[in-house]
Amino acid sequence: MDPGLTRDVGALAVATALVGASFGAIAVAAGLSVWLVVAMSVFVFAGASQFAAVAVIASGGSPLAAVLAGLVLNVRHVPLGLAVGDILAGSRSRRLLGSHLLVDEGVAFALAQSDPRRRRLAYWFTGVSLFVAWNVGVAAGAVAGRGIGDPAGLGLDAAFPAALAALLLPSLRQRQPRRVALIAVLLALATTPVLPPGVPVLLALAALPVVAMPGSARDRSEPAADQRPGRTRPDTGEDSR
Amino acid sequence: MTPLTVVLFAVGTYLLRLTGPVLSHRIEMSDRARAWLTLPAVALLAALAATATVFSGAELDSWARPAGVLVGVLTALRKLPFVVVVLVAAGTTAGLRLLGVP
Repeated sequence: MDPGLTRDVGALAVATALVGASFGAIAVAAGLSVWLVVAMSVFVFAGASQFAAVAVIASGGSPLAAVLAGLVLNVRHVPLGLAVGDILAGSRSRRLLGSHLLVDEGVAFALAQSDPRRRRLAYWFTGVSLFVAWNVGVAAGAVAGRGIGDPAGLGLDAAFPAALAALLLPSLRQRQPRRVALIAVLLALATTPVLPPGVPVLLALAALPVVAMPGSARDRSEPAADQRPGRTRPDTGEDSR
Repeated sequence: MTPLTVVLFAVGTYLLRLTGPVLSHRIEMSDRARAWLTLPAVALLAALAATATVFSGAELDSWARPAGVLVGVLTALRKLPFVVVVLVAAGTTAGLRLLGVP
């Protein structure tokens, strides 16, 4: 196992476990039983959507409204899953298991790697590590209750966006992804105050037709590998570390 | 929240997660098309990082979190290790809050 990757994913796993503990405590305080909170975390395994669903319950909303709020936040997994399709290619069991481990950070870690073997390793290692960390954290928080404290005091709410940004940096060295990211950020920031949670991030996909349709004139400025015999696929950016 | 709604939540989320890999498996795609499919992921993750930095729900957040993320990103731009980025971002935000910055 790559020591750099172990250390990097380890840092996120610790942060994930602490946020999980806070989720466990909040969910139990909102009236869910400990085992239901743990079951939700194991089978849903999507932190932001779980927080959103429990927030709807805590503010007196119906369970169905809570599930809908959570599912809207999870629609982003469809395009994220397309991006890692090659990693989960091969056997059916790999797809069925690997899909459940699809998390933002796993995709981000995979995107930051340049060769296919490291991409696969980064995806699986991040997915498994965060799955274990999240569920251990949630179970501990659900049992311990409110005594667990607020992760905001530890600044963890800043750690996750900073981590995602750091993992995206290697991809952003190329012009096209950089333009896509810039427009996506502007679209999401401009619409967050007026749209339901989860929708602005999906709307950010509108950045793609603006700058990067496949086969567009701009796209042709970067020749594909199959048009250049004797060369491997163009490097998608340096290794993140 | 009842067990049934949790089942609904879990099945819905799993189907959303499964869609990408299954489509990718079913549809014949060139390497170039596959490489293109990383762009939507870049767009989503960038939008996610940006909104999580600036907003709490639909409200603009105060200064401590964006400041921490900014210092973290600057750390990453200076090619310092990822662990340092995470610790510096969290540490800056936690420190500012300790000093009374909301």
